[in-house]
Amino acid sequence: MKRYSVFALAREAFNHHQGWERAWKSPTPKASYDAVIIGAGGHGLATAYYLGKNHGIRNVAIIEKGWLGGGNTGRNTTIIRSNYLQDPSAAIYEKARSLYETLSQDLNYNIMFSPRGLLMLAQTHHEVRGYLRTVHANNLQGVATEWITPERVKALVPIINIDGPRYPILGALYQARGGTARHDAVAWGYARACSEMGMDIIQQCEVTGVRSENGKVTGVETTKGFIGTRKLGIVVAGHSGQVAEMAGFRLPVESMALQALVSEPIKPCMDVVVMANTVHGYMSQSDKGEMVIGGGTDGFNNYTQRGSFHHIEETLRALVETFPMISRLKMLRQWGGIVDMTGDRSPIISKTPLGNCFINCGWGTGGFKAIPGSGWAMADLMARGEPGPLAAEFDMWRFREGRFIDESVAAGVAH
Amino acid sequence: MLILECPYCGVKAEETELSPGGEAHLKRFGPGSSDADFEAYMFARKNPKGVHFERWRHAYGCGKWFLAARCTATLEVFGTYPAQSSEPPADIVAKIKAKRPEWKGFS
Repeated sequence: MKRYSVFALAREAFNHHQGWERAWKSPTPKASYDAVIIGAGGHGLATAYYLGKNHGIRNVAIIEKGWLGGGNTGRNTTIIRSNYLQDPSAAIYEKARSLYETLSQDLNYNIMFSPRGLLMLAQTHHEVRGYLRTVHANNLQGVATEWITPERVKALVPIINIDGPRYPILGALYQARGGTARHDAVAWGYARACSEMGMDIIQQCEVTGVRSENGKVTGVETTKGFIGTRKLGIVVAGHSGQVAEMAGFRLPVESMALQALVSEPIKPCMDVVVMANTVHGYMSQSDKGEMVIGGGTDGFNNYTQRGSFHHIEETLRALVETFPMISRLKMLRQWGGIVDMTGDRSPIISKTPLGNCFINCGWGTGGFKAIPGSGWAMADLMARGEPGPLAAEFDMWRFREGRFIDESVAAGVAH
Repeated sequence: MLILECPYCGVKAEETELSPGGEAHLKRFGPGSSDADFEAYMFARKNPKGVHFERWRHAYGCGKWFLAARCTATLEVFGTYPAQSSEPPADIVAKIKAKRPEWKGFS
């Protein structure tokens, strides 16, 4: 693989850009592998990458039903933060955020990580108390966050309305090292690095069954034939329930639509990410100038990757109240992704009732920010067969035993 | 936009008038039940890609809970029926089987 660099760019500039290689190969599947990962989204590709990089397991296939990074990896609002209340969440999200900082160099692929700072607005006294608690928890966890005043919020975000009629801004939880990254590039960068390590990324290949013997997985049936494997990782987000059913167990997960939208591009007007959880909307500005907007999930089970219009209306209403200047913006595109929601709104990185079969799911509405940490923890679990410190608390049996990692209560909303 | 007919007041209500309430026909397990049963009731909800039975409330109408048969893969609605039903009524089951021959039936 030719490395990307300023010299490569100069060389290709003199060569009419004819010499660029394909970023990853598209091989036909082998008969069997040491490990197969279902799902070539960010989490699946990151799992494969760290299996190769940290554990030396490189005879790996990543199987994808559609196209690489075409699910929720390409449908999120690209926000990266780690200001969580509960210790296990803060640990894995902070691991992910810190890996994002050097991911471009690590992968030799520009993921455009932009630690532009992230604000979570407090608009009720309840939220003020909640975020003060989170700041203290974060300081103990080693996550750098601070509580800032409304005046500081206004200084950071001049377009914000801090004395709105319904919910004036009373302060904010500020994570200066939070920010955004280019979501597609994260998937593409991991895919290129996996392909370089000799892993097979097999797109347009749907898994139709999981084969097992004596309670241990032996391979997967796919639309491109049977593929044998010693270890199986299921990393399929919204369709986790479907694949788990093929593997013979049920997950505490429900699939729903989460929508996002972008406005027409405008000149730079906001260089931080702002989340307003009371009115429930969040917004950042992309490098192209579009305002990238997200809100809450639709309330019912749905696999259609499209949501209900009134949820968009609610999100925009909330944001127009917070940022009056966006009221005249035209919205350019709107889309939905299928998110897998668990009972406590925390993910599952776990062994399963089927031997040598592991699952990474339940990231719900907050998966993008976790991709490197999630892949790191999942690779560790798959390589050793036992969870490491990052994944230990996120097993699927915590629901039976009441060991929730209750970010749902901590955030007050889906997060 | 999702439109469901309320089986009580007969209004064809669109989604903004309704609140979703999750899986229907849950068998409840309380104190004294096994951990596995309680977990299955509390967390391991059915999550089918296809025919699904759900609770809905006509929140900004008559206010009553009712049940609906819906396809989660296409958003097609097969029908609605009163909440006092322990399983989907025969006419709705027949209608679903006509439209979805591969459906394995309610269980």
